[in-house]
Amino acid sequence: MIPLSYYLVLSAILFTIGVVGVLVRRNAIMIFMAIELMLNAVNLSFVAIGKHLDSLDGQVFVFFVMAVAAAEVAVGLAIIVNLSRNKETINVDEINIMKW
Amino acid sequence: MTLFFFLLIAIVTVISAILVIVLRNPIHSALSLVLTFFSIAGLYILLNAQFIAAIQVIVYAGAIMVLFLFVIMLLNLEKEKRVSEKHPLQKAFGVSIALFLLGGIVSIVATGVLYGNMGTETAAKVSAVGNTKAIAGLLFTDWVLPFEITSILLIAAIVGAIVLTKKEL
Repeated sequence: MIPLSYYLVLSAILFTIGVVGVLVRRNAIMIFMAIELMLNAVNLSFVAIGKHLDSLDGQVFVFFVMAVAAAEVAVGLAIIVNLSRNKETINVDEINIMKW
Repeated sequence: MTLFFFLLIAIVTVISAILVIVLRNPIHSALSLVLTFFSIAGLYILLNAQFIAAIQVIVYAGAIMVLFLFVIMLLNLEKEKRVSEKHPLQKAFGVSIALFLLGGIVSIVATGVLYGNMGTETAAKVSAVGNTKAIAGLLFTDWVLPFEITSILLIAAIVGAIVLTKKEL
């Protein structure tokens, strides 16, 4: 039997790797992939805690998170395609039109 | 034996996740992200969540990553790779803030006790009917309203993606 804390620590490590990716990479698609990594880390802790508490609600929640992630990826990648069409770049440092 | 498999899959997951954010070429990152998703599906199998493992492979490793690879190849990012780093301190700050976050989470997880109401779906009870059937039973009774709202969300996302990428309507 694997203790719950192992799963939670693994999930924390994956989440931190995702945070590093968002903070360090400047390519919009790479930032998107790092966000997917963070979503997966949270999903893992949902399922692990759900098993720990003898409940299936965590798995149902992961189902909804996956649906939201699919919707987010579809719209976000459409925005990135539009950005590269209009500004010729997807480097987030150069996309500062809403900055003041 | 289970612990051995857990450690093996965990090491693969962490290494491929690090490769995702370290590799310079976005296509290589996407492929190692696929490996990360597969190994997380293996962790779900270890957690007796077979249905979630299946849709992890089908939805994440299949649909979402194909979409990513499609967009990466569509945009032709060859010149993006040579973008110079404008902020030399950014990496150091990012990594140190993230390590601070990791320390915080791990210290809470290692020292704290997890409270919560115990559910009724024990492992024996779930395996008697099957994982997928048990989840479907919950999804279409207790969670039926969020399930229907999810369908509206997906419709909105499809319409939004088409409207955003179409040049003129």
